[in-house]
This record gives sequence, structure tokens and C-alpha cells, in this order.
Amino acid sequence: MNRNPVWKYLVLVLIVAFGAIYAAPNLFQAAPGVQVIADTSRNVRVDQELLGRVSRLLESNDIQTQSIDLSGGKIRARLASEQDQSKARDVLRDSLGNLYPVALADLPTTPSWLQSMGGAPMYLGLDLRGGVHFLLQVDMDEAERKASAAYVQDIRKLLRENKLFNEGTSKTSPSTITVRFKKEELRDKALNLALNQFRELEINDSERNGKFVLTLSITERAVAEIRKSALKKNIEALRNRIDQLGVSEPVIQQQGTDRIVVQLPGVKDPAEAKKILGKTATLEVRMVDEENALESSVRGRVPAGSQRYFFRDKTPILLKKRLLYSGDNIVDASAGIDSQGGGQVVSITLDGKASSINSDVTGKNIGKRMAVVYVEILNEAKLVNGKEVVVKKRIEEVITAPVIRDQLGKRFQITGLNNPGEAQSLALLLRAGSLAAPVYIVEERTVGPSLGAENIEKGFKSVLYGFLAVLVFMVIYYRLFGTVASFALCLNLVIIVAVLSLLQATLTLPGVAGMVLTVGMAVDANVLIFERIREEIKAGSSPQLAIHRGYDNAFSTIIDANLTTLIAALVLFNFGTGPIQGFAITLSIGILTSMLTAIFVSRILVNLFYGKRRLDTLAI
Amino acid sequence: MQLLAKETKINFIGLRKGAAIMSVLLIALGIYSLATKGLNYGIDFSGGTKVELVYEVDVPIQEVRAELEKGGYGDAVVQYFGSNKDVLIRIPLSEKNSDVDSSTRLVEYLNSTNLGAAELRSVEFVGPTFGKELFEKGILALVYSLIGVMIYVAFRFEWKFSLGSVTALIHDVVITLGVFSVIGLEFSLPVLAALLAVIGYSLNDTIVVFDRIRENFRKLREIETKEIMNISINQTLPRTILTSLTTLLVLVALYFYGGDALNGFAATLIIGVLIGTYSSIFVASPTVLALGAKPEDLIQEVVEKEGVDVDDPEMHLP
Repeated sequence: MNRNPVWKYLVLVLIVAFGAIYAAPNLFQAAPGVQVIADTSRNVRVDQELLGRVSRLLESNDIQTQSIDLSGGKIRARLASEQDQSKARDVLRDSLGNLYPVALADLPTTPSWLQSMGGAPMYLGLDLRGGVHFLLQVDMDEAERKASAAYVQDIRKLLRENKLFNEGTSKTSPSTITVRFKKEELRDKALNLALNQFRELEINDSERNGKFVLTLSITERAVAEIRKSALKKNIEALRNRIDQLGVSEPVIQQQGTDRIVVQLPGVKDPAEAKKILGKTATLEVRMVDEENALESSVRGRVPAGSQRYFFRDKTPILLKKRLLYSGDNIVDASAGIDSQGGGQVVSITLDGKASSINSDVTGKNIGKRMAVVYVEILNEAKLVNGKEVVVKKRIEEVITAPVIRDQLGKRFQITGLNNPGEAQSLALLLRAGSLAAPVYIVEERTVGPSLGAENIEKGFKSVLYGFLAVLVFMVIYYRLFGTVASFALCLNLVIIVAVLSLLQATLTLPGVAGMVLTVGMAVDANVLIFERIREEIKAGSSPQLAIHRGYDNAFSTIIDANLTTLIAALVLFNFGTGPIQGFAITLSIGILTSMLTAIFVSRILVNLFYGKRRLDTLAI
Repeated sequence: MQLLAKETKINFIGLRKGAAIMSVLLIALGIYSLATKGLNYGIDFSGGTKVELVYEVDVPIQEVRAELEKGGYGDAVVQYFGSNKDVLIRIPLSEKNSDVDSSTRLVEYLNSTNLGAAELRSVEFVGPTFGKELFEKGILALVYSLIGVMIYVAFRFEWKFSLGSVTALIHDVVITLGVFSVIGLEFSLPVLAALLAVIGYSLNDTIVVFDRIRENFRKLREIETKEIMNISINQTLPRTILTSLTTLLVLVALYFYGGDALNGFAATLIIGVLIGTYSSIFVASPTVLALGAKPEDLIQEVVEKEGVDVDDPEMHLP
């Protein structure tokens, strides 16, 4: 008869245990907490000493901690209330400064024995927990332009250092650089040197109109390399910037070959984040041109080697074209108040190369003026006559041009900033490093905290009601068999939650919809089986044989039907964007788990009820 | 309990001409509406900015419109969602408003007007080319899933069956899109996802029928193809109706309790499940028949039965 071998019970117990253990963490609500990390752009670490400092700070300010620990470079303290949470953040921010960014965090309260088994609550998408999602487009053309401009500089330097006189180095196309020589031997020497130094470039020599030409082309492979590194550097710079914002659990990920996804859970106002993410701001330091009169340049005659700039109040000033150093040479920057004048200042620390230039130039030019130029590149996708154009705006403003009084070195201060906010954000951008290529936002989705909570509630309700409706229907329609199917369905739901928790796959609102849909479709397998059993009974089979044949005959149909649905789900997953992927994930998991519960589990239960008896009728 | 008291013997195949006329009419209507009226694209595909604001007190919508007009947002669409405190504002892409800061500017402007400050409930911005890209990707996804299905069915059954199932799927997608166009429902990313799920669902139904046809081809050698199809559709009918019913049950729950965000999603699936159920009965098998399918197409290959239990009860039965 239809009896269960012992191993089937064991497997059933394992399945139930798996579901129960890994779904359990979702029963524990997250608690308010704070998180402290190290600013990665500075040379600081989060260690036991800091942990001690943080606990003492909290204790001395009468903030009770439920737990505090250090793991994965993060200190996390669980607190009793949200008031404590914001108080703790303020206390820690004041004392730790910007070396250790402090963020509010919702910390899981999963018991440690569950955690040790890898148990964690489901990872909620931004549409459920609230937060900001950005998709940033990296301007790769600009990255390539920058890279080829750097090559031009390097080649000029190489030729200068080796005294290979030439008639000019220029970019003749976005990816080719041409150098012309009068003498063949100079060109050949240059060729050898270039071959040695620029292995990634394709280098050719030729003769044109009596000139000896050297052509350096950036190969496709080199371009791919440039793009890859621009993307990597941008992700790094963005991560540094976001760390400063005080966001716990930010997601910064590459998408495709030229896009970056940034997700900031819990951020309520996207405005601040937008200001910081897309900005390419840097400083350039140049000498003021004191030899030439400014008046002549106003009339349009700018001396060679100089360029006219403007202060913020639009007064013009003549600066030397030669760049001394820029924001790229800055290793640290922090905002503060000038101890003498009382204005806003940004204190800057230079790297070795820039420090030596700085001390050299300032040493020789005491009494002359030096200018700090603020440079901001804005990239915006604009609609012009119905077509999308990327508009680049380059803002250059001289923020200060002080007289050099002493020889400067590694450190100095910049004044002339308007307000604390500006000083803060400039310091942040300088510290976090510039973007290797400009970015602009092509997609934003912000979900406020109230909407997130509402979405959770609505999603939960629709799962619950849909689920109950199906359970009631199945029990009425198939009686005992319906009850078995209902149990299988409950187990299915628990397993889906368990698998989602274990994989830490993102659960989005469409993902919840996928769960609802799975509930409706999961019973299909049982319906197929039960209808088969009914058919068998009608055809005159004995109950036991009907059960056996019902399960057997429905099997290949179930597999075929589910696999084809799985194909659609997999295409959906590849299609990509976040919330839709969430739907594809729950749908796929649901299809797989429902086959397990509807076929395997329900069979065990049916056998358990009916297996050992001789039957006259079935409750179906 | 049983929905269909007796075994049904409906002549579905006999009804195929009438069904075909109806399907062709529906498809023609759908295509006509898609061609003339088009789809009401949400900002996922058209690009633009959508902002949801919650005010502390009721705000008259005309006032919001007037303020927007004053601020240079003459092209904005304003409507309530939920209560009269909740305002949804949509700004299409324009030369002035095509960047991500459009929403920031809009909210700052509105907060500075007489309306007072509001809580920002949600913001969506989709840039000019990105919306188009999402749409193209979506269409590609539809095409890929159809191709994937075609290959799988051709492999598990045969090419006539593969063509029959894909015809039914295209039928479902076109009519569902047509309904969206006629009613003017918003076509968004979740709706597209639902459309792909409809493909999965409708196919599920069709495969179950095909599977039964294959089985009956083997069992009932004497009977002609047309009749076998009729028998198979009738045999699977209780299951087809039941599964559609349970799926519709959860979808109705989703439609009423899932909130605005899932409304379009649930509506698509409800329409799709209804049409998919119809097509798996009236479109898929008749197409296969019209292509000239014969029992020999399927029963030459011996399909190995998977998962046969070791304890065959026939051995133990008295």
C-alpha cells in the first residue's frame, strides 16, 4: 500500500526544521541603534580602543545600551528608544568628528544562536523600508578624454626630459596623438622611448610632407581598461562620500559597464544626497600673473601663458595658465573656523609631490599672490528640441588669492568660503577624492518612511487575505485532501520566507506580489494531482491505486508546467531593474519550493492518513 | 465538492471558428487602439518626475494647480491619491525639467507658496533616454521569453505545439495590451513584469492541456486528433477552472489590499489570467490542429517517466 519509508519522514522533518529556523529571524523586530565606521579616506581604524571610547561616551551621557559590539569594521550599539538613538548620534558625532562617521541604524534583534546558524531577517528593498535609490550614468567619453589628455602630458614630458625637439604634440582624434619631428633620428629615438614607456598604446612611425611623424593610438583594450578603472575609482569615491553622509548599509554597485547603483536606506531627503553624489568639485592652485596689467586683458588681449578668471563677486583676475597642483594632490581636508578672522576655512593637507611644489614656489615668490580656484563640473542630461544632450557646465571661481607671506609646505588653509555648509561640503568632496569621470543621475526613486511602512502593511495584508481565501477554498473543495494541500501551502510560504532570508535576496513590493501570486499558483500542482485522483476513482480504480496513479500521472505535467513558468521568471530576472528583479526572485523561489511541498510533502501526509488502511472511499 | 457535476463533453474544437473570429476581432481592436491611441506610459517609460506630497490639512486641487502654473509648471498633472491631503504631481520631461533636480526645485517651490510645507512621500525621476531604454529592454524581455518558451515546448513536444503555444501567448499579450490601451490604464514597469507573469501563467495552462493530448494520443489510438483534443480539454477543464479561480482569488486580494503601487500589476494579471485561460482552451489546441498535428508527431519518441515510485501498489493490491 501507499506507505512512507522512514527516510521520507526524516526529510520532512528536515524541511520543516529548515523553514522554521531560517524564517524565525523575521519574527524579531529591528531595534533602534547607532553605527560607527572609519572614514576610509583617512588612515584610521575602528578597534577595541574605539569601542571602549564609544561605550564610555554613551555611558557618561546616560544612554543605556542594550548591546554593543564590533564586527566587520563597524561598531554597532543597540539602544532602548529612538530618542536615545538621536541623542547617541549627536553625542558621538560631536566627539568623534568626521574621522568616524556615525549613522542611525536599525539593528536586528535576532538571538545570537540563530545568528550563529546564519539566520537573519529578510533584506527589505527601499520601497519597503524607505530610502533613496539613484542610478548614475558615468560619462565614459569624458573619462577617455581625460585619459588621452594625460597621455599627451606624459608624452610631452618624456620628449622634454630627453631633449627630443619636436614641432608639437597634439591630439588628432579622440584616440590618437601625433608628434611631428624635423629629423628622422629624433623621431626614432622617441619611438624607442615611447615603445618602452607606453606598452598599452599602439605606436607607429611615418613620413608626411617631409616631416617625421610618430602616431600613438589608444587601443580598444586600453580604452576598456580606462573605462573599467574609471568605474572602479568612481565607486570608491562615491563610497567615501556616502560614508560621510552617515548612512548605515548603503549599497553602491556597478550596473552594466557604465552605470552605478546607489541605494541609501533610511535617507528621507534626497536633496542633500543629490548635491554630494553627482558633484565633481576640485581646487586648482595657480600663481597670479602680476607682470601683465589686468586692464589690457579686459579689453580682450590676454597675454600668452595667462588666463582671465573671476572672483565670486565677478571681479576679474589674471592667473598663470600653469597649474601648480590640484584637488587630486590633497590627502586630507577639514572644515573649521579661522582662529583669527573668524571666517570659514578649509584646512588642507597635501601629498608629497604637491608639498614640494608648494614649498618651492612659495619660497621663491614671497610677496606675490597665489590663487585658489574652485572648479566644479556639472553634467546634466537636458532635453534640447526633444533630444537628449549631455550638457557640461564648468564653473571656475577664484575663491581666494592671498599674498604669500611665508614659505608654505604640506599644510595650509583656504579662506573665502561663504558659509559653514559650503566649507563642509567642499572639505568632504576634497577628502573623498574626485570622481575619475563625471556622473549624472538617470533615475531616482525615493520612498519616504511612512510610505515604506504602508507598503509593508499592505503587502502583508494582501498575502494574508489571498492566502486565507485559497486555504478556505481548498478545504471546502477537496476536504481532507484540501487540508493536506493547505498544510503544504503554509509550509511553502514558510520555506519561501526562509530561503529569501537565507539568501538575503532583496524583498521588494513586487516581490511580495510575487509571493501572493505563488500562493495562488502553488496549489495548481495539488489541483492537478487531486483531479487526477478523482478521474481515477471515476474510472473505477480502488482508492489506494487512485492515489498512487494520481500522483504519478500528474508528475510530468507539473514539471513541464512549472519549468515553462520558470523560463518566464528567469527572463524577468535578467531584464533587471531592482523591484522587478525582486518579483522574479520570489516567483522563481516560489515555483521551486511549491513543487517540493505540493508533490513531496503532500504525498507524505496523504500516505500518513490513508496509507495503512483498506479504503472504500476517499475524502476528496 | 465539485464545480462541474459531471464529466463535461463540450465540443470546444467545434467552437473554434467562432472563437477564432472573436480572437481576431479582439486582436484587431487591440492593435487599432494601440496604433491610434497608444499606451498611457507611466514615467518609467516616458521619463519625467513624479512627486507625492502629504499636507497636514486638506488642500484644494485647483489651488495646487494655480500655484504650479505661477511657478512655471503649466504642464504638470495634479491629482489626489487617497485623501484630499495627499497630492500627486507629475511633470513631463521638458527642456527646463529634464534633470534629477527637477523634483528638488518643485518641492522647494511648493513649500515656499501659500500651501505651506508638505511631507515628501515619494519621488520618482526617470531621465530622458533611460525611460526609452527601459521600454526597449522590456520589449526584448517579452520577445526572449517567447523564444525561450518556443524552444522548450519544441523540445518537450514538437514544433506544431510550440507554435500553437506561442500563438496563444502572443494572443494574450496583444489583447491585454489592447485592454490597457482602450481603458487608458497606466503602463508602468510593474505592469510589464505582470505581463511576463501572464506569459508564464497562460503557458502553464496550455502545457497542461498539451500534456493530456500527448497522453491521450498514446492511450486512444483509434480516435481522430480533433476528438482527442476535445477529450483532453474536457478532462483538464476542472483543473483549468480551479487553478484560474485560486489565482484570481489571490489577485483580487492583491488588487484591493495591495495599495496603489500594486494596482496596475494586479489588474494586468487579472485581465491576463482570464484571457490566458480562454486562450489555452480556444487558441492553443485549435492552432496546433490547424497546423496538422498527428498522433505520430508525439508518440514516436518514448518519453521516460520520471519519478516512478519504488513501491508500486499494484504489486501489493489484493
